[in-house]
Amino acid sequence: MAVTLTERAAQRVKDFIVSRGSGEGLRLGVKTTGCSGMAYVLEFADAAEEGDEVFESQGVKIFVDAKSLVYIDGTELDFAKEGLNEGFKFNNPNEKDTCGCGESFTV
Amino acid sequence: MALLQISEPGQSSKPHERNLAAGIDLGTTNSLVASVRSGQADTLPDHQGRHLLPSVVRYSANAEPVVGHDAKAAAAVDPLNTIASVKRLMGRGLDDIKHLGSNLPYEFSSTDSTVPRIKTAAGEKSPIEVSADILQVLKHRAEQTLGGELNGVVITVPAYFDDAQRQATKDAGKLAGLNVLRLLNEPTAAAVAYGLDKQGEGITAVYDLGGGTFDISILRLNKGVFEVMSTGGDTALGGDDFDLAIARWIMQQAGIRDDAGHAQLRRVLRDACAAKEALTDSESVELNIELDDGPHWQGTLTREQMHQLIDPLIQKTIVTCRRALRDAQITADEVQAVVMVGGSTRVPRVREKVGEFFQQQPMVDIDPDKVVAIGAAIQADVLAGNKPDGELLLLDVTPLSLGLETMGGLVEKIIPRNTTIPVARAQDFTTFKDGQTAMTVHVLQGERELVSDCRSLGRFTLHEIPPMVAGAARIRVTFQVDADGLLSVTAQEQTTGKEASIQIKPSYGLTDSEIETMLRDSITYARDDVEARNLREQQVEADRVIEALQAALQQDGDLLMEDEVKAIESALINLHNVRQGDDHVAIKKAIDELNEATMEFAGRRMNQSIKKALTGHQLNEFE
Repeated sequence: MAVTLTERAAQRVKDFIVSRGSGEGLRLGVKTTGCSGMAYVLEFADAAEEGDEVFESQGVKIFVDAKSLVYIDGTELDFAKEGLNEGFKFNNPNEKDTCGCGESFTV
Repeated sequence: MALLQISEPGQSSKPHERNLAAGIDLGTTNSLVASVRSGQADTLPDHQGRHLLPSVVRYSANAEPVVGHDAKAAAAVDPLNTIASVKRLMGRGLDDIKHLGSNLPYEFSSTDSTVPRIKTAAGEKSPIEVSADILQVLKHRAEQTLGGELNGVVITVPAYFDDAQRQATKDAGKLAGLNVLRLLNEPTAAAVAYGLDKQGEGITAVYDLGGGTFDISILRLNKGVFEVMSTGGDTALGGDDFDLAIARWIMQQAGIRDDAGHAQLRRVLRDACAAKEALTDSESVELNIELDDGPHWQGTLTREQMHQLIDPLIQKTIVTCRRALRDAQITADEVQAVVMVGGSTRVPRVREKVGEFFQQQPMVDIDPDKVVAIGAAIQADVLAGNKPDGELLLLDVTPLSLGLETMGGLVEKIIPRNTTIPVARAQDFTTFKDGQTAMTVHVLQGERELVSDCRSLGRFTLHEIPPMVAGAARIRVTFQVDADGLLSVTAQEQTTGKEASIQIKPSYGLTDSEIETMLRDSITYARDDVEARNLREQQVEADRVIEALQAALQQDGDLLMEDEVKAIESALINLHNVRQGDDHVAIKKAIDELNEATMEFAGRRMNQSIKKALTGHQLNEFE
């Protein structure tokens, strides 16, 4: 079981944490919402919470709660640029279908 | 799938409910848009990686307007349809613009409308529409970059912008399809970018030296609100003047005459600008100027020499800083932070001189071209609800006092300047004459004591006041400024509930330098104003006394002996004469004398009216 970052994503995360001034790492997860059932959570993490699994990838700590891990196990987080837009992308092998806008998904 | 940004813990938004927000620096020369992504505020570049968007719009028939670099490049070939520096026209009336200078190359159409319209190939355009076209390009850039529709924006305006100029800016935002969360003062935005708003309280100076304008603002942070203590500036002083000074030196050294060809002058100016920038890092720069008749002139400009050339210009800004401090009634050592804004603050000599004056290192870490937009983006992010609760929310303040005209051409201030909005304040007024049935409320903006020195925002009349003796009616006037800074004034007669009101659509027509002047004058002329107020008050009181006495004499003159009438009349004439003069002490004395002379008369009138009231009644009716 693992969740990983690409090198590009890791570099960005490190930069953002430096400019934020604090932060232990990144929290990844899912919450049940949206038109296709689930949405990704991508947050700065200041501390581990009870039941968290902690991974380390490319020098960045990743916190995932046990419930979410079932849905995003094996995910690789990438940083991508599409036209002027840039941001993080979940490459999640469990994902079966996304809604039209791509903001929520089903497994 | 969509690209995601990192949120603060617990702040992940639901799909389709992302609150995308941006800050926009709508500048005279250049505009920028910035946003907070993954906790980091930065300006957003276009496809070619350019952050600055020149605030230039070119109109042509049957085609979309061209905004930015391409429009700027076309300014020389198509000056009538290429609008630059439109910010200088925002919220101005046609008369102001005529006054502003005949050097504006545009043709204005002469309509009855108070808003000036520029004739272009695409029809007549108001400054608001031109600004909206600039905003639309920035909006498009932000939405492409952020991957969704913008929920709201914060647009910055100069601290000295008045209601009309702010309203015009807001209208431009609406016209561009933007939800304007708030307008933010440019110096405040710069202070926010540096996180100075997190420090609780303190005084900040924001020194803004752009290409063609200079502004200094003294801000005081108090309980989360930045108050503008004073502003100052020069709308015709900037980095371009540095270039000119250096160019003039080059021309002198190289023997280029003042009436040299246009191309030659432009070359020299370009080289002067390059030399200025090169001297930021090196001690001296080699010059190699191509002359019109073929040969090149070669020379050296040292940093020391450049300092001699630009020091007088920097000194001018320092003088303005000193005046701004005096207006704010503080000294340089009370200033806790100095923020540098504008490209020309990159010149090391400017930093040095400003640092010397304020006795501290000015803050220069954030790109001075971007710092205002970055502050606006941070504020927009908070207002859009992307920050945990408890984050500081900046409040707006009224830039100038609001009040109304009272008898004698005096201004009664209802909402003082720098009051946080939204706000509502009420005050009771009364009638001046017996049987007065109408009252005109004249709404004014400004700091001075006399109506003639303030700006008229509008007037309305409350009718059907029940006839009463002077001073008996109670009319409550309420001033209300909503969160958008719009003013409404209501007058209500308290016995009948009859009311009248006005929504202030600011009558466009005050220049920014006039606003500044108004603020400065209120301090400079404070003593004169007090004198003027005293005089007017005594004059009004004299008129009231004369009026009341004449009415009484007409009604009850038969209560007086002939010599008593004479004594009263002579005091009355004396007061009448003194009232025409400008000595308020003398008027006061004459009023007192008249009161003295009529004391007996007043007593007899009182007795008579009591007698009248009692006639035909039994004493026990009153027990």
